[in-house]
Amino acid sequence: MANKIVTEETRKQIGKTGEIRTYDVERGAIRRFAEAIGDANPLFNDEREARKTRFGGMIAPPTFCRSMGSPIPGIELPGMGKEFRGLDGGSDWEYFHPIRVGDRISVQTKLVDLRESEGRLGPMVFITMETTYTNQFGEVCVTQRSTAIRY
Amino acid sequence: MAKQHYIEDIEVGAEIGPLQKDPTTQQLVKYAGASGDFYQIHYDKDFALANKLPGVILHGALKNAFLGQLVTDFAGEHGWVRKLSVQYRGMDQPGSKVICRGKVIKKYSEHGHHMVDCEIWLENAKGEKTTPGSATVILPSRHSSAA
Repeated sequence: MANKIVTEETRKQIGKTGEIRTYDVERGAIRRFAEAIGDANPLFNDEREARKTRFGGMIAPPTFCRSMGSPIPGIELPGMGKEFRGLDGGSDWEYFHPIRVGDRISVQTKLVDLRESEGRLGPMVFITMETTYTNQFGEVCVTQRSTAIRY
Repeated sequence: MAKQHYIEDIEVGAEIGPLQKDPTTQQLVKYAGASGDFYQIHYDKDFALANKLPGVILHGALKNAFLGQLVTDFAGEHGWVRKLSVQYRGMDQPGSKVICRGKVIKKYSEHGHHMVDCEIWLENAKGEKTTPGSATVILPSRHSSAA
């Protein structure tokens, strides 16, 4: 059966990127995030202890990047109006370099896939984005692929 | 620091965790503030009920953070979490415990690193896996320096 919303035309938007947003990583922001998730690991909480480790100072916990949002690229989904609801389907993370206190992180989100399937309540659209977190040295520290479901 | 695991001590089938969390509505508000996710279904009960939810629910990303802690504790100071994946399959509500667990399913070497692939999940008080996932962790060796 032909897709109702994700047509060949709609899929041409794959590859679109949103604006880059830049963040200065503050020690207090990492600590507040660690406290909010209830993670007492000294690497994320205690500069003095973290200095004694191979990292040489505090680093961000794996999902700290969720606090550094970036605009999603505008996506046109004709036939999918405001009555449709949204769900966070999950995330796939890759970690290449630590994010440290004092880093300047550039964040950009790209549309990497659009799919449709027929659910019990009608069409479901799976929107997959990849967000890249790059430090001031041009090193990609983290990538996050996340899937939003609209139904 | 948590106890350091070395590749020599870890076999396929080894258990990771458990890590129990007891999320409260207060924690959801703290997480909303720290992450910037202010979707009202996570702190406004009337809004959540009007959206046909049983009440406020945990942010998927908070459960992701709990599973992140499970694997960074396992990796220790000398290890490194290389990949982390989570899928939100079921809702969880504050006021009820959740438990993060995992199991090593593969042990191998790649680019000179000692790696393990793990199946991880978060389960509710009834033992239902509401948030399954996976992780790849680099572990240090007793015979060489850092990972």
